[in-house]
Amino acid sequence: MSSAPRTIIDKIWDAHAIATREDGQTLLWIDRHLLHEGSFHAFDQVRRRGAKVTRPDLTFGVADHYVPTRNREAIAPDIRRMVDQLVENTTEHGIALFGLDDPRQGIVHVTVPAQGLTLPGLTIVCGDSHTSTHGAFGAYAFGIGASEVAHVMMTQTLWQKRPKRMRVRVEGALPPGSTAKDIALTFIAQVGADGARGHAIEYAGPVVRALSMEGRLTLCNLSIESGGRLGLVAPDEITFAFLRGRPFAPKGEAFARAVIDWRQLASDRDAAFDREVVIDGSEIAPVVTWGVSPEQALPISSTVPDPKLILDVSRAEAARDALTYMGLSPGMKLTDIRIDRVFIGSCTNSRIEDLRAAAAILAGRRAIVPGLVSPGSATVKKQAEEEGLDRVFRDAGLEWVDSGCSMCVGMNGDLVPAGERCASTTNRNFKGRQGQGARTHLMSPAMVAAAAITGHLTDMRPLLEGRAP
Amino acid sequence: MTPLTIVESRAIPLALANVDTDQLIPARFMKRPRTEGYGPFLLHDLRVDPQSEASRLDDPAFAGAQILVARRNFGSGSSREAAVYALADYGFRCILAPSFGDIFASNAVKNGVLPAIISEADVETLLNDSMLRSGGLVHIDLAQQILRVGNHVVEFEIEPVWKTQLLNGWDDIDMTRSYSTAVADFVAHDAQARPWATPSL
Repeated sequence: MSSAPRTIIDKIWDAHAIATREDGQTLLWIDRHLLHEGSFHAFDQVRRRGAKVTRPDLTFGVADHYVPTRNREAIAPDIRRMVDQLVENTTEHGIALFGLDDPRQGIVHVTVPAQGLTLPGLTIVCGDSHTSTHGAFGAYAFGIGASEVAHVMMTQTLWQKRPKRMRVRVEGALPPGSTAKDIALTFIAQVGADGARGHAIEYAGPVVRALSMEGRLTLCNLSIESGGRLGLVAPDEITFAFLRGRPFAPKGEAFARAVIDWRQLASDRDAAFDREVVIDGSEIAPVVTWGVSPEQALPISSTVPDPKLILDVSRAEAARDALTYMGLSPGMKLTDIRIDRVFIGSCTNSRIEDLRAAAAILAGRRAIVPGLVSPGSATVKKQAEEEGLDRVFRDAGLEWVDSGCSMCVGMNGDLVPAGERCASTTNRNFKGRQGQGARTHLMSPAMVAAAAITGHLTDMRPLLEGRAP
Repeated sequence: MTPLTIVESRAIPLALANVDTDQLIPARFMKRPRTEGYGPFLLHDLRVDPQSEASRLDDPAFAGAQILVARRNFGSGSSREAAVYALADYGFRCILAPSFGDIFASNAVKNGVLPAIISEADVETLLNDSMLRSGGLVHIDLAQQILRVGNHVVEFEIEPVWKTQLLNGWDDIDMTRSYSTAVADFVAHDAQARPWATPSL
């Protein structure tokens, strides 16, 4: 092993490298493989080869992409088939499943970390691009396609090329009202939706260190929206405190031993990064997206951009196309954009802190548009209900429903109708993402709550005055 | 996997940036088994508009096209391999763009589809090429990493590993199985080095 200074990215990589070919491809060991209903293509590939899942003990299934968030007794047959298919496939291969009726059911990137299955220094893959979420613990976690899912099922390994390394340092301190979501959208707007392509990102600096685990999960979750392969945060006391006592985490002596190892997972002082991005955290304001790519994001105090003023041909045309789809005019204030509904949920922003932040704005107030609140897991739902948050949402006029990917991706039928505009805590404002013709504005949970109250995009900070955030 | 060496066909110009995988195949079509074919769902919600760039997918002037030219950040977003299934089932064997989503590009290669990188300037030139736009043949040579339309020649980039894989039609699984001893050694050593790494309940 080389004694040259290494980044955390390289340390985890080196610890999982089984063999490296002459062409630079490395065979990596995979510590955790997470499956969901969409994994049926990969199970089909395994079946066609007459193979089996080689390490079911390292493989976990979660029903999330297609699960209904309401009326689970009366599920539509095509949705039911997706959920049943996951049950059949995981049963056949002896894989543990957090299924529809399991108290641990929820969104894979919410419930798996909460169960203590996500640990520092692990390699984690899932056929879902937001697998980068698990990087919050200092894990090397990334999304893969169905062919790679099948490869991991059959071998518990993957061929990968060592990524370039990017460090994103967020300096200073966040102003009140700004969140991990705002850090991520600010970063993506700065570098572009393909700006971190080919890179693994380490988020560092005092602002990142000060984030809770929930905040780090949100930040790492959105890494893929900058084109990054993955994003991670070196583990620290906040990480260890979160993990201690979680169901699947190491216990007692084993935990103490693990923490000793985990403390080594920091980038060495002189470790080289291929690219460094520095962001002044004190300049980060609440951000909303105005277009159809997460890079089309601006602070809430801004106006809709004028494509005529964008010099780059391709970007100008993308902006023009986005404004047409979104039904917006150049120069209008972002706060003048009226909305038709709200959604609070998804692997980006559905954890207990997210629900508390939205509830802090909504308490004692009424939403003037309809909306859905889908907690990240059944356990988050239970905790929120114990804290009385469900009453705040219900009293505000919003629907409090079960957990799943829901209106982030619309696979389960939770859709934004065509032409309607949704203020959403999710991760993608792509055309048609929340439903055919649906218009999505991404923002933090508190910003969505504020928009629900006023019916238009709104700076939540004045609404928070005199309240605990 | 079918090896890919030469592709010669019409090329569809798609003057759009950030064509994400949600657009390549809307989520509602993904419940279907692959055996039903995903081609009809490719860019489904854009394609229905006869004014859209994607409507060329149904234009007889481009019938049989195996090549697609698009702007930056093609295939960004979700890891859904169904986006590649839709392209492949439609008949595409090569996508030309200035940049691709990482997961998409990897998925493409695993399905015998070439994600070829060309400069933004070359993309704009091709999108405006009268021969290409009128359904003229485009010739792609993977070994040489060039494409030709009329007398115009453009070089493209491709990860060397992916190039080899596409040229040979290699399959990862067989390659990996030849490393079974190295894997067993790793697992034995790792159990000592990281006893905490396996889930405990």
